[in-house]
Amino acid sequence: MNRLTHNFNELKARGEQALICFMTAGDPDPDITVDLACSLYGAGVDAIELGIPFSDPLADGPSIQASSQRALDTGMTTRKAMQCAARIHDKVPGLPIVLMTYYNPVLRYGMQQFAQDAVASGVDGVIITDLTPEEAAEWQGHANASNLATIYLLAPTSTEDRVESVSKICSGFVYCVSRTGVTGARQDVPLDLQETITRIRKFTDLPLAVGFGVSLPDHVKAIGAFADGVVVGSALVDLINTNRDNPNLLKIASDYCATLKAATRKLDSPQAKGTR
Amino acid sequence: MAEVIIPRTPALPDAHGHFGPYGGRYVPETLVPALDQLSAEYDAARNDAQFAATLTNLLTHYVGRATPLYFAERLSQEFGGRIYLKREDLCHTGAHKINNALGQILLAARMGKQRIIAETGAGQHGVATATVCARFGLSCDIYMGEEDVERQALNVARMRLMGARVIPVSSGTRTLKDATNEAMRDWVTNVRTTHYIIGSVVGPHPYPMLVRDFQSIIGREAREQVMAQEGRLPDMLVACVGGGSNSMGLFYPFMNDTKVRLVGVEAAGLGITTGRHCAPLTAGSPGVFQGSASYLIQDEDGQVAPSHSISAGLDYPGVGPEHSWLKDSGRAEYGAVTDDEALGAVKLTAEREGIIVALETAHAIAYLGNLKSAGHINTDTLVIVSCSGRGDKDMITVARELHL
Repeated sequence: MNRLTHNFNELKARGEQALICFMTAGDPDPDITVDLACSLYGAGVDAIELGIPFSDPLADGPSIQASSQRALDTGMTTRKAMQCAARIHDKVPGLPIVLMTYYNPVLRYGMQQFAQDAVASGVDGVIITDLTPEEAAEWQGHANASNLATIYLLAPTSTEDRVESVSKICSGFVYCVSRTGVTGARQDVPLDLQETITRIRKFTDLPLAVGFGVSLPDHVKAIGAFADGVVVGSALVDLINTNRDNPNLLKIASDYCATLKAATRKLDSPQAKGTR
Repeated sequence: MAEVIIPRTPALPDAHGHFGPYGGRYVPETLVPALDQLSAEYDAARNDAQFAATLTNLLTHYVGRATPLYFAERLSQEFGGRIYLKREDLCHTGAHKINNALGQILLAARMGKQRIIAETGAGQHGVATATVCARFGLSCDIYMGEEDVERQALNVARMRLMGARVIPVSSGTRTLKDATNEAMRDWVTNVRTTHYIIGSVVGPHPYPMLVRDFQSIIGREAREQVMAQEGRLPDMLVACVGGGSNSMGLFYPFMNDTKVRLVGVEAAGLGITTGRHCAPLTAGSPGVFQGSASYLIQDEDGQVAPSHSISAGLDYPGVGPEHSWLKDSGRAEYGAVTDDEALGAVKLTAEREGIIVALETAHAIAYLGNLKSAGHINTDTLVIVSCSGRGDKDMITVARELHL
């Protein structure tokens, strides 16, 4: 079993949900990305999604678009992002890492090489936002050969047929998109989200993580009532950017994530008291 | 006018929208059901005689089809051969874009969508979309790069006059590529109520196929007209290629006439060697961009490179997947001309034929000079050039560049 699935299941046994945090590799710079990941682990974050920036991120809203552009402007590349992952893995081997990107950088790097280098860098899984299962046969072959999980997305618009077929080739966890739309912090949790999750649950035993728009402890708590994990991206990316020159950046980011993590725990659990 | 019966059971693309290794569907999951719905609706529509009849009627009485196939006598003297212009510039709204916009709005109406979005570069597709939305009473939002809003100000005013909202896009390169990203993001968000009218033979399946089919009226008419006027098939078809819709529309009905050379002309911008161009087929490499696999201008890390052309309608780093397939298979050939050469062709066509062509179209005309120099045009060579659009929208740029 993939480490992601295993960790999700352990959390579930404790009545806890996974908190997955997204950062763009290299925003504001690679060293800070590595330090942030370590601090976030200390704050209790269960997995990190490391974004490999792409010039045309059409599933992303303004926060991650701007973050990707900043990372590209400082010279971030696919290879350097892999190096960030490897450094994070060296420092905090207990922290699962998922790479998130678009298909063209993967194609250009070489699919087999990408899968092999990702695994060699301590990466557990990959999300390729614009790679639909229909187009994924070749990638899937390389990912499977390297024992690398491929996490696919399911959306509120996904039909039951599609939920079934996507769940079948998905591994690690299923990334459930909370709403029709692009990434970006929102004020509320969509009313139909629970229904979407229930629909997906019928077809898979994989853990279900919800992303897009999640930014507040209340969101995390509400989603935790029916899903196995949450992904927080844009809000963290914005927080990092706002405090990029602040000497307390690491503390500010880890305090924020610790608050979110607390919302995934039952009040009476032994873990509820503190961070790692 | 030629029958608008839309071609049935085309050999390509396959069921998943692949043209060889190109095409396909690379999109966020949220859009997949909408693309499936569009595919199904299009399948139903093209087997529906009523749909064809409605489209024919509108193309005839609203757009003004058939457009003439005009023998350009003085351009023929300039370049040799017998040069015909397929006059898409005479379509209502001034370019071929209306052919596709009409087809797609009829599909949107069949699907019960209340709102239309589109991207535009030169503004011609935006104007065509705003036009059909006004005609059918649908709400219309057009995404347009800030740089293009400035250089195509007249088209912005036309869209607004017809009730469309023009949304300037300030991200990235502020041109067509980023307008397309923004339109995609809008569609992901509002997919349940909104149809996205993509303006070229690009994007995820089924767009490259259905835009080609709606545009292939250009080639079907041209084929009938040249047979009537010359009694034989042309030796060569020449058309500009940005995303590639006017060229696919002209080429497609001649695809099986293997003796007819298909020539696509890309924008070389400031020159291919400067790196500031929009010529993915000439100087790019295969990749995946905005929903499909195709040739692309990109760096070694797979980041899409900024493009440049004086022509907003060609200023795009990608190209339709079927063109990529036609290039690799050798069925079509592709060249490129610079900004300056295109400007020269605008001037030449105005002075010799009294026709002010769009900067996009001028690329195709300019390339006749290359074909002539290479010895590909002799006295008997019969050439059809796609006169894809008229140049009114470019007058500010042209007046500045040519010191008029």
